[in-house]
Amino acid sequence: MAGCRVSFPQLGNYHAPLEVLFTMGFEVEYIVPPPVTNRTLALGSHHSPESVCAPFKYTLGNFIETIESGADTLIQAGGVCRLGYYGELQAQILADLGYEVRFINLAGMKKLSPLEVYSRLKQLNPKVSLKRIAKSLPVVLKMVEYMDEVEDYIRKNVGFACKEGLFEQTHAEFLSDLRTVRSRNYLDRMYRNYRQRFRNIAVSKPKNPLRVGIVGEFYTVMAPFSNHFIEKELAAMGIVVDRWLNISNSLLHPPKKIKERVKPYTRYPMGATSMATISRALELAKKGYDGIIHLKSFGCTPEVDAMPVLQNISRDYKIPILFFSFDTQTSETGFKTRLEAFYDMIMTKKASQRQTACSGTFSR
Amino acid sequence: MKIGIPRAFLYYRYKELWETFFRELGIEYLVSPETGQDIVRAGSMYAIDESCLPSKVYLGHVEWLLGKCDYILVHRIAGYSTGTVCTKFHAIYDVVANTFRDRQIKLLSFNIEPNVAEGEMAAFVRLGKFFKKKKVRSMLAYLAAKQAERNAQLKELREQELLFHQDGFKILVVGHRYNIFDKFIGKPVLDRLQELGAVPVLADIVPRKEAVFKAAELTGTLPWAPEKEQVGAVVLYRERVDGLILLSTFPCGPDSLVNEILMRRLKDKPVLNLVLDGHQSMVGIETRLESFLDIIRFQEGDAYGRM
Repeated sequence: MAGCRVSFPQLGNYHAPLEVLFTMGFEVEYIVPPPVTNRTLALGSHHSPESVCAPFKYTLGNFIETIESGADTLIQAGGVCRLGYYGELQAQILADLGYEVRFINLAGMKKLSPLEVYSRLKQLNPKVSLKRIAKSLPVVLKMVEYMDEVEDYIRKNVGFACKEGLFEQTHAEFLSDLRTVRSRNYLDRMYRNYRQRFRNIAVSKPKNPLRVGIVGEFYTVMAPFSNHFIEKELAAMGIVVDRWLNISNSLLHPPKKIKERVKPYTRYPMGATSMATISRALELAKKGYDGIIHLKSFGCTPEVDAMPVLQNISRDYKIPILFFSFDTQTSETGFKTRLEAFYDMIMTKKASQRQTACSGTFSR
Repeated sequence: MKIGIPRAFLYYRYKELWETFFRELGIEYLVSPETGQDIVRAGSMYAIDESCLPSKVYLGHVEWLLGKCDYILVHRIAGYSTGTVCTKFHAIYDVVANTFRDRQIKLLSFNIEPNVAEGEMAAFVRLGKFFKKKKVRSMLAYLAAKQAERNAQLKELREQELLFHQDGFKILVVGHRYNIFDKFIGKPVLDRLQELGAVPVLADIVPRKEAVFKAAELTGTLPWAPEKEQVGAVVLYRERVDGLILLSTFPCGPDSLVNEILMRRLKDKPVLNLVLDGHQSMVGIETRLESFLDIIRFQEGDAYGRM
């Protein structure tokens, strides 16, 4: 169907590469989903089953809002946990609500292969050529990598910017410029230009700053609204934030030998993102981070099952772990209080470590 | 050497298989008792707060077995040829191992991977090898156990068939076996239904292969094998029952979606969605069951509910 208006649920800032993929590769219009707000969540949870995990509610609300802004074709991904069944139920709910849209469900594939994805997406535009997609794909994938690199740099530095708001402003410009990219050459040039601009932003980092790693469930970690913008909160406290989980690290370059790395703690793969969570937490603990924050939506089975393992890692390496479980009703005050208490704790712990280190040298 | 088997989760599905296998090989085993308040309390204490109720019950049973046997059998399953399973079953071995790490727990693993060519028999032979039993003996024991399992399944199906000919409203109870047969979770609901004069029939008692095949009539992308059996049973039995009860526990991942699909797609029969969290009052449940049966009575009878 030529002239269809496609959309995919909002996740972080990945709408930029998706837009390039659909407009350049499939030659269809892409509707950028409106930013996730309280209304998105209210809409989503109103029409969702009560005890389903929050990402279902967010993406359903997001679908409704994108239909309102003109989308007529929706795409939902599949996954190895409950995500594998999101699509069918969301399509049913939207149909019951009377929305007449086409729903392309990427779930239910025997094996995730690019060709299978292509054959399902081919119905978007039957005239699409594999050649065009093959031409756009390297641009899209590289764009995802560049975005992730930039955001990683921001997370580690934004808390120490000399002039407030400069990082955020440059990042917003970067994202809006990305949407105009149509060739790899142009993308590379633009990235180099922005990398320089980010590096030129003055930061005053102490010699030994507090470092906190974020681990957890796919959606909640990557969708800032759903985790109450925790990265911003941490940055405001002057903390270096380390977050491994993004599309590049998890989907484009999946970690290898993860089973061996977590061997002392688990014997079998525990399903979905739990293994990445455990292996990453172990690495942060070994690197001597000051704390770990575990994020998930309420009732996320794989991440709940990772928690006893994380607790053991916390005990063995004496590293504090703060567990957050987000639902549609999470109170902002409760969230902030727990975060502040955590900050006080790792701050005191670090101070006392410094002191013992100093007194150690004096006595010698 | 004594093996402990937690009376929870997959025990209810595999009890004939496991018990016959151990008996045939002359291995002593101990099954934890029926779930009671103390087991639930212990399980809830050890489990992560937001784990599902049956997994808390499972940990309670494991805790009960600690110190009473040499090894505890933890059954890990990563999927069947007919579909995947909830990640809880992928993780359960390591959850138990990590939760009770400080209590010197010794686990006996029984692991089935869906994509590995070796099937159930190989897993049992490995189990036998652990007890220094010869391969042939383990195989024979497995075959005997498999036969016992088949007999038990056929017996169940025959008994269920008789229920359809009894008087009273036939109510199809859709839910996991480990919930329905658990004395603390689902059993009281079934008992109360019977006391109210209804005849509960179970979606879990069904020719499994046929059910998996039939499930596709209701839903196309359902990934989980046990849920496929349940949905297929709904397709197979729906014409023969007066209403359905979807019995699930809080917070069940697969059921949170599957039950919603069922409620949206079954328009011709009354459906009651019953979610148990272990803190419910039996009086509240009784009221809901009564009004559910009233609805059926009013639908099938006249305006006064007379048949």
